[in-house]
Amino acid sequence: MVAADLPYWAQSLLRVLGGTVAVLLPAGTIVYLFLFKMMSFMQSRLGPMEAGPYGSMQLFAEVGKWLQKEDIQPELADKRIFKIAPLIVLVSTFILVAVVPFGPDAWFTNFETGVFYALAVSSVSVLGILIAGWSSANKYSLLGGLRAAGQLIAYELPMVLAVIGVVIQAGTLNLQGIVVSQNAGSMFGWDGLGNPYILTQFVGFLVFMISVQAELTQTPFDMPIAESELVSGYMTEYSGFRFLIFFIAEFANVGVFTLIASILFLGGWGIPFSWFGWTSVDSIDNWMNVVGPLIMVTKMIVLSFIVMWVRFSYPRLREDQLQRFAWKVLIPVSLVNIMITAVLKVMF
Amino acid sequence: MTDLVDRQKLSYIAAQAADARLNVELETEGMTLNIGPQHPATHGTLRIIVRLDGEQVVWADPSAGYMHRGYEKLTEVRTFPQVTSLINRIDWLGSFANEVPFILAAEKLMGVEAPPRAQWIRTILFELSRIANVSLFLGDLGVQLGAITPVFMAFRDREYVLNLIESATGGRFHPNFDRIGGLKDDLPKGWILETRQVMKKLRNFCDEIENLLFGNAIFQIRTRGIGIIPKEVALQYGLSGANLRASGVDWDLRRDQKIPLAYDKIDFKVWTHPDGDSFARCWIRLQETREATLIVDKLLDGLPAGPVMAKVPRIIKVPEGEAYVSTENPLGEMGYYVVSQGDLGPFRVKIRTASFNNISIVPWVLRGVFVPDVITILASLYFILGDIDK
Repeated sequence: MVAADLPYWAQSLLRVLGGTVAVLLPAGTIVYLFLFKMMSFMQSRLGPMEAGPYGSMQLFAEVGKWLQKEDIQPELADKRIFKIAPLIVLVSTFILVAVVPFGPDAWFTNFETGVFYALAVSSVSVLGILIAGWSSANKYSLLGGLRAAGQLIAYELPMVLAVIGVVIQAGTLNLQGIVVSQNAGSMFGWDGLGNPYILTQFVGFLVFMISVQAELTQTPFDMPIAESELVSGYMTEYSGFRFLIFFIAEFANVGVFTLIASILFLGGWGIPFSWFGWTSVDSIDNWMNVVGPLIMVTKMIVLSFIVMWVRFSYPRLREDQLQRFAWKVLIPVSLVNIMITAVLKVMF
Repeated sequence: MTDLVDRQKLSYIAAQAADARLNVELETEGMTLNIGPQHPATHGTLRIIVRLDGEQVVWADPSAGYMHRGYEKLTEVRTFPQVTSLINRIDWLGSFANEVPFILAAEKLMGVEAPPRAQWIRTILFELSRIANVSLFLGDLGVQLGAITPVFMAFRDREYVLNLIESATGGRFHPNFDRIGGLKDDLPKGWILETRQVMKKLRNFCDEIENLLFGNAIFQIRTRGIGIIPKEVALQYGLSGANLRASGVDWDLRRDQKIPLAYDKIDFKVWTHPDGDSFARCWIRLQETREATLIVDKLLDGLPAGPVMAKVPRIIKVPEGEAYVSTENPLGEMGYYVVSQGDLGPFRVKIRTASFNNISIVPWVLRGVFVPDVITILASLYFILGDIDK
């Protein structure tokens, strides 16, 4: 209980710093590992090699480049809104990471309705995208913004429904509670692996990951950006550091959503409690506050690898096909999943 | 000129009608979107003016000419051998194929015929430039649909073909290798063996693309049943090449006309597809790339020995007359109508390029489709800006 012994101001400072790291570090890791390197290897090329060993300093070079660029705003743009939009998108990532627990004590806030809060604030970024599309005074931006709004609202629903299965099984809306119930659980009396919900909620996991892909506007569902149709969608008129903020927010969102997916389905920061004879969250050893975040990051990298893998291999759907897929396939499937979960929960 | 004015009037009337309908039904405004001249999907400076109702296209009008370089006029102030270096740049991805019909037209006027070996090598290089051209299309198709990986494979394997063209002609993009009466040089040593290996690689590439892209469910639902061009309409709009064959018209100038190239010495299959949609057009091009590698292999088997240059005077003067020769180029039928008055250079050259006719169907085929389909249909029609604007 290290964190609890510190004075309040020190705890707050630690948590603010930790939150910033928790947003920016995954974003940087995903961009370098997947966007620069994995994508290049898939496409039989090397990717950036000049800046630093194996191009590892490329990120800093890129950030430096974007910061130096001229800040261009279209003449007809709604200037104040135009400036706020990227910040709203980035802020939504920060308020989302606030409920993610990284260890028994390594959390930012820990309240009872964590799942509810996470799903609610994850749609704040839609506002940013919509006003970015509208305020740019560009037809391509407008089309991109409207597409984003339609798509993100459509995919919010299967995502919520997929999570309900997990909530029923765990019996709590608290994210910490969901992690504990997975690692303290057992499968048919055998507790060697705990009870990660990816096994029992496999359908829910698939629906959740597809919705995450759409929510993050990654490739089979990237119509809001659609660089071959809409130039760059809602980001068309953005350049310099405003574009940089959009860019960071995109990949930070990938990180945060895969963190949440790993909490809901892969057991989060925990390792099966039976390994070390723990019984409850209070009896966990203190070193888990250091190992826990590492476990989380490993799971995040695996899941975001899948997200990026799909992104680099698939072509793009059309907007109406995407909507049809959400309403006609994903939502019925996740409703059936909820029903079966509820029935099984009552029976056993 | 009157044609253009009529079309503008018609589009205007259509626009007014569409606006009236929109305002009455939904009280919403339509939107006019300029796709191009600077747009990532038009490979250059084609501008398409699109009237949108939501995301649905009410009408579309292509506006060409942003890259007009006046090649027809420029040929008039050049001698016959100089013209080839210009017309290389019309369809810049399959440059050698541009030279052949012009040289054939000039030879027809002069009454000379290239020796057999030259004809065979011409045909081989012609097919190589088809592969270099269409393999890029196959990769680019993915980019238009949002899949960024295939294009790198296309560039990787296209490189082998460009290397072959370079080692035979000295130029990767603009060979300028064809001469009146034959070719500049014979093939270099070891070229035949290497070509066979490269053709094998290219067939692998075709299989790869077929698995990666054509077998993909998303690719299929994005292209099947989209942008259907029926047989009659395709013929009326003067489509040619793969676009025409995808509508089920069995017409290929390599097989259907008598020209002094080696196509009549070998067997090859002309692929057709009954559907006429975007998928059919892409599929036909894939099959043609594979067929082209087989054609090259067959031609290499029977390559005759002998000189590569016929006896022609050092200073070429083409006798008075007119000739039209067209060939089945990577993009479709390409022809040159050459008028000579007995001078060193042509008096007048009319260039019939495939893409110019192929995009004339754009207003017809884009009515009622969605904005994302505009891009797939344009990609599947496959035009090259140099080929439209000349």
